[in-house]
Amino acid sequence: MAEFKLKRGYNLKIAGRSEKHLSETGIPELVAVQPVEFPGIKPRLAVQVGDEVKIGSALFADKIYADIKIVSPVSGKIVQINRGERRVLTEIVVENNKKDDKEVTEPWNLNDIESKSREDIIAHLQKHGMWPLIKQRPFSKVAKPDILPRDIFIAGMDTSPLAADPNFLLQGEEENFQIGVNVLKKLTDGQVYLSYEGKNSQTAAAFQKAEGVQKNTFRGPHPAGNIGVQIHHIKPIRHGEIVWCLTSYAVALIGKFIKAGYFQRERIVATAGSVLKTRQYYKTIIGAPLSMLIQPDQVKDTFVRFLSGNVLTGRQISSTGYVSYYDNLITVIPEGKKQRRLLGYFMPGLNTPSFSKTYMSSLIPKKEYEMDTLIHGGLRAFVQSGDYERVLPMNILPVYLIKSIMTDDVEEMEKLGILELDEEDLALCSYICLSKTDFGSILRRGLNLIEKEG
Amino acid sequence: MKFIQNYLDKYREKFEKGGPMEKWAPVFEMTDTILFWTNSRTTSGPHVRDSLDLKRFMMMVIVALLPATLFGIYNIGYQYYEALGMQATIWQMFWYGLIKFLPIIIVSYAVGGFWEVLFAIIRKHEVNEGFLVTGILFPLVLPPTIPLWQVAVAISFGVVIGKEVFGGTGMNILNPALTARAFVFFAYPGKISGDKVWVAIDAAKDKVVDAFSGATPLLVASNSQAGSSAVNHLAEYQFSFMDMFYGFVPGSIGETSTLAILIGAAILILTRVGNWKIMFSVVLGGYLTALLMTFAGGANAGGMFTLPAHYHLVMGGFAFGTVFMATDPVSASQTEKVKWIYGFLIGVLAILVRVVNPAYPEGMMLAILFMNIFAPLIDYYVIKGHIRRRLSRA
Repeated sequence: MAEFKLKRGYNLKIAGRSEKHLSETGIPELVAVQPVEFPGIKPRLAVQVGDEVKIGSALFADKIYADIKIVSPVSGKIVQINRGERRVLTEIVVENNKKDDKEVTEPWNLNDIESKSREDIIAHLQKHGMWPLIKQRPFSKVAKPDILPRDIFIAGMDTSPLAADPNFLLQGEEENFQIGVNVLKKLTDGQVYLSYEGKNSQTAAAFQKAEGVQKNTFRGPHPAGNIGVQIHHIKPIRHGEIVWCLTSYAVALIGKFIKAGYFQRERIVATAGSVLKTRQYYKTIIGAPLSMLIQPDQVKDTFVRFLSGNVLTGRQISSTGYVSYYDNLITVIPEGKKQRRLLGYFMPGLNTPSFSKTYMSSLIPKKEYEMDTLIHGGLRAFVQSGDYERVLPMNILPVYLIKSIMTDDVEEMEKLGILELDEEDLALCSYICLSKTDFGSILRRGLNLIEKEG
Repeated sequence: MKFIQNYLDKYREKFEKGGPMEKWAPVFEMTDTILFWTNSRTTSGPHVRDSLDLKRFMMMVIVALLPATLFGIYNIGYQYYEALGMQATIWQMFWYGLIKFLPIIIVSYAVGGFWEVLFAIIRKHEVNEGFLVTGILFPLVLPPTIPLWQVAVAISFGVVIGKEVFGGTGMNILNPALTARAFVFFAYPGKISGDKVWVAIDAAKDKVVDAFSGATPLLVASNSQAGSSAVNHLAEYQFSFMDMFYGFVPGSIGETSTLAILIGAAILILTRVGNWKIMFSVVLGGYLTALLMTFAGGANAGGMFTLPAHYHLVMGGFAFGTVFMATDPVSASQTEKVKWIYGFLIGVLAILVRVVNPAYPEGMMLAILFMNIFAPLIDYYVIKGHIRRRLSRA
């Protein structure tokens, strides 16, 4: 066990954290599964409108790895298959008949796990739609089951803005978490690593009691909780190596699944953001309509943005969107006001939050602000102010890396460490960038290039 | 102010894609966003963004330049009335300075701005705020007597050759303002060196007092005879250390007052707009080299060899270059480690040129330009080392 204390990074001064209060939403009439949120999965539909499905029936599978299935969270009838631009599958809507028929395999006895082979476990997880919980690095996509990962990393920490607290999500999940860990241990010849926040009085018992994992604690501002940053400090990914990553919540879900033998549809989601009147945790299911969590009268502003995930890396969804397969957080922030301020960039800025020290607000470091979606400036060429390194606690030079990607220099970008990164690791660089460059999309372009050529 | 916004909004669509004035979009965008803060929203990447943009960044540099600028204007008048041996109020001095300085800065902004906008239109990108700083940095490193046409030619050279040929702000290797100054220095040396140009007097009309020389302290110091010390020689010309620290001496408009420049440095460092590592290492490199030179000179040395190290820091363009030119984030080195080396070598070179080279009493400009060119090379080796370490780690 090692303790890591990271100094570089930045916590956004954003208001609207959720209260640690959990309530249940009930079971929805309609649910929707969103194929766009599974990274690396090219969906091939397994159902048509009108088909009857059970909980755990495959809705679609991956075109290449046909055993990776994404399944229905409810039993009932397929009522809509929606497509977006260029016929990309966006939603598969299922009407809930409330019968809760399930696709069940014989539940595994806890002693069974040891006797099961790696292939058995993978097939079991794939068949019941639990597999996409496991992602791989590099590239941050749903793990390829035919690759033996060097190690498996579990993130028991989330430092992203307004994030749901894993310690709260895992309350009472000690047993499930341990089973999940035992399952994961069978999937790699290497180690299973668990990292969580150090010096925290509320550390989940699941983390403290977990056995058979290499534990590490991290402290520091965002992105200290990002799994990519943690891997970099624990045991960096070298050329040609693949590791798998999961959130701690996903590990508990896998444990629960092993005990039950059918698809675990439950999700705990926190609602956050300055425009919400009540912000709390909800126990709900995948694909539940957002309106079950956030009623329209709960939103204080008229023009707002709904995000599945956090404000840095979240996916924009509509107010009529659905609960995600992955995200434990819904953030609602106000859209930027169209009203413009005369010479606004020239004001002292007591109410203007900034990572830099160029506004008076830097004199009151503890204050939290209602942040909106304004860019605050126009796109410009890079000016290397030296601040990017301040928010990336890794031995990586972000500007040189981004420049090598812009020139499509595959060899150079690999040498500069692109394979250790994911969009979320560079999100703060984009946030503070005074030239308003989007580091994430450039990074993804580089990763795609490597994937294609490699 | 609503009417200005309405006015702009009324014509906005003419400049948008497909509109009749599409070509002029950069000009419109520039006017529009200089007056009003943008209200565009995020569409990709993080949904919230920091409030700092390039405009704010560059504005902080201009704010930091204000003390030096105001003092510079005042000093033009101060030197003038001093040379004439006349009594004058602060306001008279300031007013005289303003009359001399305003045309220079207007030409600098107008001509430089013209090139900036022209390139933005041709390249179809937004006008970069970097010019806001270049446009005022350049006049501040000129003597008050500079002919306006030379200002125009030099700023054109600085903007076009020093910046735009590389692709604009962010891509340039050299500091554009210094490039422009170097151009004047080599093309029209008579107007930017010697002892005739630093005080704004009209030699034909104005009758100067007998003791007037017009030479800058650096020139005076470099002319001190062997065996005597530069400090004594400076004293003969009424240049004390404190005079030079406060800035009541002839010189380029903005560079004379070390005090005003220090206020600017404080603003830059506190706001983290200017890099303190570079400033510190320039001063360190300069001071140590100057110290070494006073020993190297020996007993019989004259000229600059006899100048105490701390004098170097308050004389000529050393302070101004350190705070405002060496720290230019675009032309300085890009990696944190190299910033120490880069700064240190600027200090070393500046003093070496001052002391050892008999032709140029001032070395700051050349030292910074030289290190601007070398910074990418040193960066390159640091990156190589970085990659090697990355590959060799466990």
